[in-house]
Amino acid sequence: MQVELRNIHKFFGPVHANRGITLTIPAGTIQGLLGENGAGKSTLMKILSGFIRPDQGEIRLDGQSVTFHSPADALAQGIGMLHQDPLDFPPMRVLDNFVTGSPGGLLPDREDARQALLSISQQFGFSLDPDAYVDTLTVGERQQLEIVRLLWLGARVLIFDEPTTGISAQQRQKLFAALRRLADEGRTIIFVTHKLEEVQALCHRVAVLRAGELVGTADAPYDLDRLVEMMFGKVISVGRADPVPLGETVLALEDLAVEDHRLNIRGVTLNIRAGEVVGLAGMEGSGQRRLLRAAAGLIRPTGGRVRFLGRDMTGRPYLDFHRAGAAYIPADRMTEGLFPDLTIAEHVALARQRVGFFLRAEAMRAWAQEAIRHFSIRGRPETPARALSGGNQQRLLLALMRPDLRLIFMEHPTRGLDLESALWIWGQLKNRCRQGAALFFMSSDLEELLNYSDRVLVFFGGRVSRPLPATELDVEKLGQLIGGYGFDRVVNTAAPAAHTEGEAA
Amino acid sequence: MTWDTILTGLAGVVAMATPVVFATLGETLTERAGVINLSVNGTILLAAMGGFAAALTTDNLWLGFGVGMLIGGVVAALLAFTSLSLKQSQIAVGFVLALLTRDLAYYLGNPFVGKQGPRVPVMTLPGLSRIPVLGALLFDHDPLTYLSIVLIFVTWFWVYKTRPGLILQGLGERPAAAYARGANVRLQRYVYTILGGMLVGLAGPTYSLSVKAGWKGTISGLDGIGWIALALTIFGAWNPLRGAVGAYLFALLQWLSLVVQPYLPDVPTQVLQVAPFPLMILTLLLVNIGNTEWMKRTLAGLPPDARHTVARILRAMQVTPPAGLGRAFEEE
Amino acid sequence: MNQNMTWRETLLYRGGAVLLALALTSLVIWVSSPSTPPWEVLGLVFRGAFSTPAQGGLSWKKVADVLVAWIPMLLAAAGLLITFAAGLWNIGVEGQIVMGAVFTTWVLRLMQDSTAPPALALTLALVAGAVGGALWALGVGLLRTYGGVNEIFGGLGLNFVATTVVLWLIFGPWKRPGIGSMSGTEPFPPELHLPTWGDTRLSGVALLIGLGGMALAYVLLKGTSFGLRLKAVGNNPRAARLMGLRPARYMMLAFGLGGALVGLAGSIQVTGVYYRLIPAISSGYGWLGLLVCMLVNFDPTWAPLVALFFAAINIGSIQLPIVLSLDSSLAGVIQGSLVFSFLFTEGLRRLVLQRRARAAAS
Repeated sequence: MQVELRNIHKFFGPVHANRGITLTIPAGTIQGLLGENGAGKSTLMKILSGFIRPDQGEIRLDGQSVTFHSPADALAQGIGMLHQDPLDFPPMRVLDNFVTGSPGGLLPDREDARQALLSISQQFGFSLDPDAYVDTLTVGERQQLEIVRLLWLGARVLIFDEPTTGISAQQRQKLFAALRRLADEGRTIIFVTHKLEEVQALCHRVAVLRAGELVGTADAPYDLDRLVEMMFGKVISVGRADPVPLGETVLALEDLAVEDHRLNIRGVTLNIRAGEVVGLAGMEGSGQRRLLRAAAGLIRPTGGRVRFLGRDMTGRPYLDFHRAGAAYIPADRMTEGLFPDLTIAEHVALARQRVGFFLRAEAMRAWAQEAIRHFSIRGRPETPARALSGGNQQRLLLALMRPDLRLIFMEHPTRGLDLESALWIWGQLKNRCRQGAALFFMSSDLEELLNYSDRVLVFFGGRVSRPLPATELDVEKLGQLIGGYGFDRVVNTAAPAAHTEGEAA
Repeated sequence: MTWDTILTGLAGVVAMATPVVFATLGETLTERAGVINLSVNGTILLAAMGGFAAALTTDNLWLGFGVGMLIGGVVAALLAFTSLSLKQSQIAVGFVLALLTRDLAYYLGNPFVGKQGPRVPVMTLPGLSRIPVLGALLFDHDPLTYLSIVLIFVTWFWVYKTRPGLILQGLGERPAAAYARGANVRLQRYVYTILGGMLVGLAGPTYSLSVKAGWKGTISGLDGIGWIALALTIFGAWNPLRGAVGAYLFALLQWLSLVVQPYLPDVPTQVLQVAPFPLMILTLLLVNIGNTEWMKRTLAGLPPDARHTVARILRAMQVTPPAGLGRAFEEE
Repeated sequence: MNQNMTWRETLLYRGGAVLLALALTSLVIWVSSPSTPPWEVLGLVFRGAFSTPAQGGLSWKKVADVLVAWIPMLLAAAGLLITFAAGLWNIGVEGQIVMGAVFTTWVLRLMQDSTAPPALALTLALVAGAVGGALWALGVGLLRTYGGVNEIFGGLGLNFVATTVVLWLIFGPWKRPGIGSMSGTEPFPPELHLPTWGDTRLSGVALLIGLGGMALAYVLLKGTSFGLRLKAVGNNPRAARLMGLRPARYMMLAFGLGGALVGLAGSIQVTGVYYRLIPAISSGYGWLGLLVCMLVNFDPTWAPLVALFFAAINIGSIQLPIVLSLDSSLAGVIQGSLVFSFLFTEGLRRLVLQRRARAAAS
């Protein structure tokens, strides 16, 4: 089935998420869709699969103009989407998941469905146990279940959103084989990713989105440098900030390990010194966030040691880190960073030490006004945090950090901010470093990582690179590492580096 | 104590459990769809009163049950509208309705207190009732008890075996996925909330026209049953069969408390009557403790073997509520 | 994006809520007695709070009765405002009143045969009541923070347990000489009663405690850093944690403090109203406190007034059975309708705001 997207526009409030995207995908192709976070890939695919409606534009299937009223409607017309976190029902059995939502009478024909499940699975070499519970399956198996289900329901166009996140190498091979086979059978595959390696290995053609726009297309074989450039844009050379003289070791990670149900990261060894900035790079969900949280005591590491200012803090709660001079600034400012219903004045008073038992309204106002002025927050002392824009929320978060911090953990320092706010935020952070704080952050913005970090750790496929000096990297190289290219080279040297890399001073 | 009295007692347990079964099944359906109806306690009282009043004034039992279910449905519809459409907290609305309907029952029921009303006759099932033990236990009741037993299996069958039932599970578990599979989430939540409310409503006249026939105002002894039904829904892990078993256990405990009464002269009757409540807390504790932050932290600090073993034990006990329970869902 | 409404519009919605509640209650009254016009019934309830039907005119005794009902409601609402600030639904409030009463009775029983001065005995009894309420609330808190049991179910369960404890005491260890009965324990001697004003049942000490409790909640929540932290924990526990607070500890503190205030309500029911322990010692004031909190949207400013209004409705409705042979539970119907109507119109208001925001965005 040939898919045509014509001049698709979508707004979310003031955000223009898709800006007139036009793309034609012939039947039997594997079409890659590349772009960094927030580029508009997900929005576009949600439009194509009936989850949201475009504000403008047209979808054509085999030349026929169509409109979808719901995802089920889209599937009935042949378009199925497989979400990054498969949209299934974990507490239910595989077979029940398989038949849920299938058309038919009151009682599903389970025998028939079981046969279908097994035979389609077999065609693709999947081994799914119809009686197993979905929450015992790996993400890869849950994807297989969704693929089989969508095919059973007659999908002729299959959209895959970042399907290789959190699946094993073997499962990935199986998935790719299945996709090639589906394309050979004449189905249309859309493969959303930000891994260049996968585009290279799998996709017949690729379209690149950036900031809501389709910036270019390419056919295999690809010029990787050009793809990276399309994805991340021309690097605006802000120029690296003046180097900050480094001080004593603030944070030391020794052979740190973190685990969750899908990731198992071990052997991270790193020393961060006062004034230093260390960035964590990688695709979303590669373990950066867990590592950052384990280093801050927010989750308990399953192995290794954490030393903060020379003290062994392994297994201690975040509160102890906080007391000793660390702060953790989360990416999701409204659900984790700020108190939506509390005012700026209340935030400032909360963060201040020694406010006394009774609050004095004038004092609170004065503190808030000082913070508003000093951090250029657009708001008044009585403005609740939820009414602030993203940039102003981030400024407020910075205003809440105590002056004598020694270590700042930060997730995506400038995500969703305009350039001016971003520059301002980094100016503030660098100031902190000059005052003796260390900064340990994660980001998916390559320029940010390169411009502001002293060293970068790259996460890929459940492994972590050794700390790479930012001066040895550029956007192309870092982009390729994040996509897995040449990653083995920077990992294999990790073990010896753990010792040589330590403090020479 | 003779075998016959035990058998009669146990048959009484089955009868006493009937309204609790209705209410638990109703709430289970509602919560499966992702809505918490906290008004159960008051709804049962109002439906008991309303059903009794209707049956008394018209001398029509059917009408009594119809009114009871109507009341349950209307209260649930109010909750559904205020929480699903007007986006108010389900907890707040449900709780206010629980108190409001209770006082309404006492207020409107005032003229009917102590009146002799109609009562559902016992319908001994010919043949079946002659089966030894089982016959006396299960087949010598009024039609409501038969209906409740049938409903347990129907509900269970509906939830786990039918196509709409599978979608129902999805509604509470992951509304986004149910939506992706073609469900009109809000409409279906309305339907199940009202349907569940009607079942809860059915519990009312089951008391006032059968199990505890009559209306005695504040001393009817029905206040509190609704909260038990809510707890049984959790105890039953949102499974109609398990919930019903809970209802029978509850009735059994209440009966046992009467049985042991003569042997414990120092313990007042009322104390034993309430014995199921501390047990309820204990059960909730056991099924929830694995979800706590400190438990997770403690687990991460254990050596791998112990970690995995303890996690497995906790998971075996744990009940996890439908993930979307009480959460609003917006189609994008 | 205009997130706010003018105060005129807000007033309109509040007024709408009152009208809706009036309509609902009128309907109920009409159903129960079609012959009496609803306004007559409502008027009787209103006048009943300040005068007796026999004499007419202002009756100080009645006013005192309203204040007597106001006190436990104030304390329950004060305690609940504190737990609500921390984001907790303290449904266990009824049990906390009961345990406050039980602890108070216990201390008074210990002291009544001693030579200790009555003032000391009463003070200790009140303190014990606060402790009892706090302990019971902390039970809910422990179940919630360390057991993962939602505070609604923990609280409900403990309510029933508290009722059981009372019944057991009344029919068991503390039963009246002879045979225990629902009428409660043996009354305490007059010197162990809180002193009352004239021939009313109103005790100045109790009134002070009630007002003091509410004032404490008000000051704590509006003017202290502790209250601010509670609010922070209630508004977003995850952010509170990242800011270096301990959400679990603040939740426990809220339970302890709130429970103590609620327990005092039970204490006063024993020392100032019934002078003994009875099974229905809480008189449902816990639930009413909850309704008060919902009606003022969990803001302490208007809580005392709303509580006073609720108390007046309660007392005013006492005459219903005598004069019109209607049940006095009409009070609960009026109160419940008000809160439901308030939630309903709030929902409408929010819907309108959302529509406006959406219209402004596109």
